[in-house]
Amino acid sequence: MANNSAPVIAPREGLLAEVKAALGEAVLDARHAVGEDTITVRRDSLVEACRILRDRFEYQQLMEIVGIDYPERAERFEIDYHLLSVTRNHRVRVRVGTDEDTPVPSVTGLWPVAGWLEREVFDLYGVLFDGNDDLRRILTDYGFRGHPFRKDFPLSGYVELRYSEEQKRVVYEPVRLPQDFRAFDFLSPWEGAQYILPGDEKASPEAPGAPTPLKAEEIKK
Amino acid sequence: MSVDTPTVGTADEVARTGATQSKIANYTINFGPQHPAAHGVLRLVLELDGEIVERVDPHVGLLHRGTEKLCEYKTYIQSVPYMDRLDYVSPMCMEHSYVLAIEKLLDLEVPERARWLRTFFAELTRVSNHLLNIGSHIMDVGAMTPNLWLFEPREDIMNFYERASGARMHANYFRPGGVHQDVPQALLDDIGVWMDGKLLPMFEDSISLVADNRIFKQRNVDISIVSKADALAWGFSGPMIRAAGIPWDIRKSQPYDMYAEVEFDVPVGTKGDCYDRMMVRIEEVRQSVRIMKQCLDKMRPGPIASLDRKVVPPKRAEMKQSMEALIHHFKLYTEGFHVPAGEVYVATESPKGEFGCYIVADGTNKPYRVKLRPTGFSHLQAMDFMTRGHMLADVTAILGSLDIVFGEIDR
Repeated sequence: MANNSAPVIAPREGLLAEVKAALGEAVLDARHAVGEDTITVRRDSLVEACRILRDRFEYQQLMEIVGIDYPERAERFEIDYHLLSVTRNHRVRVRVGTDEDTPVPSVTGLWPVAGWLEREVFDLYGVLFDGNDDLRRILTDYGFRGHPFRKDFPLSGYVELRYSEEQKRVVYEPVRLPQDFRAFDFLSPWEGAQYILPGDEKASPEAPGAPTPLKAEEIKK
Repeated sequence: MSVDTPTVGTADEVARTGATQSKIANYTINFGPQHPAAHGVLRLVLELDGEIVERVDPHVGLLHRGTEKLCEYKTYIQSVPYMDRLDYVSPMCMEHSYVLAIEKLLDLEVPERARWLRTFFAELTRVSNHLLNIGSHIMDVGAMTPNLWLFEPREDIMNFYERASGARMHANYFRPGGVHQDVPQALLDDIGVWMDGKLLPMFEDSISLVADNRIFKQRNVDISIVSKADALAWGFSGPMIRAAGIPWDIRKSQPYDMYAEVEFDVPVGTKGDCYDRMMVRIEEVRQSVRIMKQCLDKMRPGPIASLDRKVVPPKRAEMKQSMEALIHHFKLYTEGFHVPAGEVYVATESPKGEFGCYIVADGTNKPYRVKLRPTGFSHLQAMDFMTRGHMLADVTAILGSLDIVFGEIDR
């Protein structure tokens, strides 16, 4: 029993085994961690997997599509689909991987809400969705270049805009920072620094800070 | 702009009546981004056939600040104020998902009083949000007085916010592990008196002006009906899905903090039109007051934040005496706490619907990825099918019934 007071979702017994049996080889990985179920599926069978989850396992709603960038991976983007069942009161996460060039099949045929959610992932990460016929930018500026949520896109961006009194319009200019962007080093030699000595990591642009050795599901109170 | 030629009657008809057949062009108008009924910086490109809306293309993102990217560069606790600035009409509910997600990753136990306080303030926030939405919706369809009346209790709520957290809007009050500071008993007493003495009388008075009003009903009843199937397919949540007739409330079905301990009813619409959505929100205000009263009854003195000093900083007085406390304070406000690697999606029932927070932690003091699931994003997307075939004047009524705030949609 969890100690925290986050929303209580009763586990759905045997769900992952049933999903594995129903989807067969399409499932690459299915795990239950931190009280949540994640099913990694093959990219080309995403739509079929979602259809089975929606129609046979009663996950009627697609609540969210999330893109995550892992630049060090061969397939650098991970796309997570959060499904909700209002009849079984359960949530499940469907995950696929992709890279910059390979499109992910669109689920707009199953849930029309996917239209904007996929547009957002396309806008922020540059992931292509095959079958989404309205793949325009959505959150960034008109005429924006680049995909700002990629890890290699700087936080400050490349252009800034201001109102020019001389030209009587808004002008775009390259970003100029009066003070350099500061990335602080939080590496603590006391907490799980098993690898490098403090100071060595400062050669790299931004040190990640020391990880705790535990995973979230391993915590025992 | 598309131009087409509708057939106006048959040739016989034209000959009989002597009417001249003329070309009618569809025209496109731009609604917003600066328009008082657009509820923020929304740009709607409306394609009209006469006064009938043929297509709506909402352009969002004018308020995009990259909150999620900023969170990746800040420690967990530094990002809490960003949450206030998402849905700035219900700031504390935005913090709620975020702190619960962190607590879930840490598996952190929160003391009872902190959970009561968070439940209480989440409901106060819901009242504040609904007062604004109900008032502005009424004003959008043409009635002036209720909006002015409803702003007064909302102003009181701002003052209560200030007395609890020090800020009128961007409270930064919920923290991982509990709340920032305890509230004085006088504040709770005042809110208790205010609920019965001012909020409910003013609220019921205002609603009595419109709920059965003929003009108000003409503007709302049967406008933009959403079926159950549509509500599911378009990712609706909160009052929108309840108005469509699906009794789905995360506070009931997946209770968090103290919602399992309180009694309240979930209002459900019968038709799914603008009037139902409005009425669901009105009933939710009454239910929120009911929850707040139960919170006041059941709240007992006690710690207001976890005593785990690796997550929650010690109080100032303790730091004057204890070296340990001083070190903890210093570490928490420079390095911050480390969250174990893992990923959680935590959704709470914000006043507008399901507000989710997806955190991917990599074991450091900063999140690897934070994704905020805005409620209005899906609702606004459905604007196109909800508005199609309605009159131009209905656009504002539909927009008002969606309850959108752009801080949250654009993030």
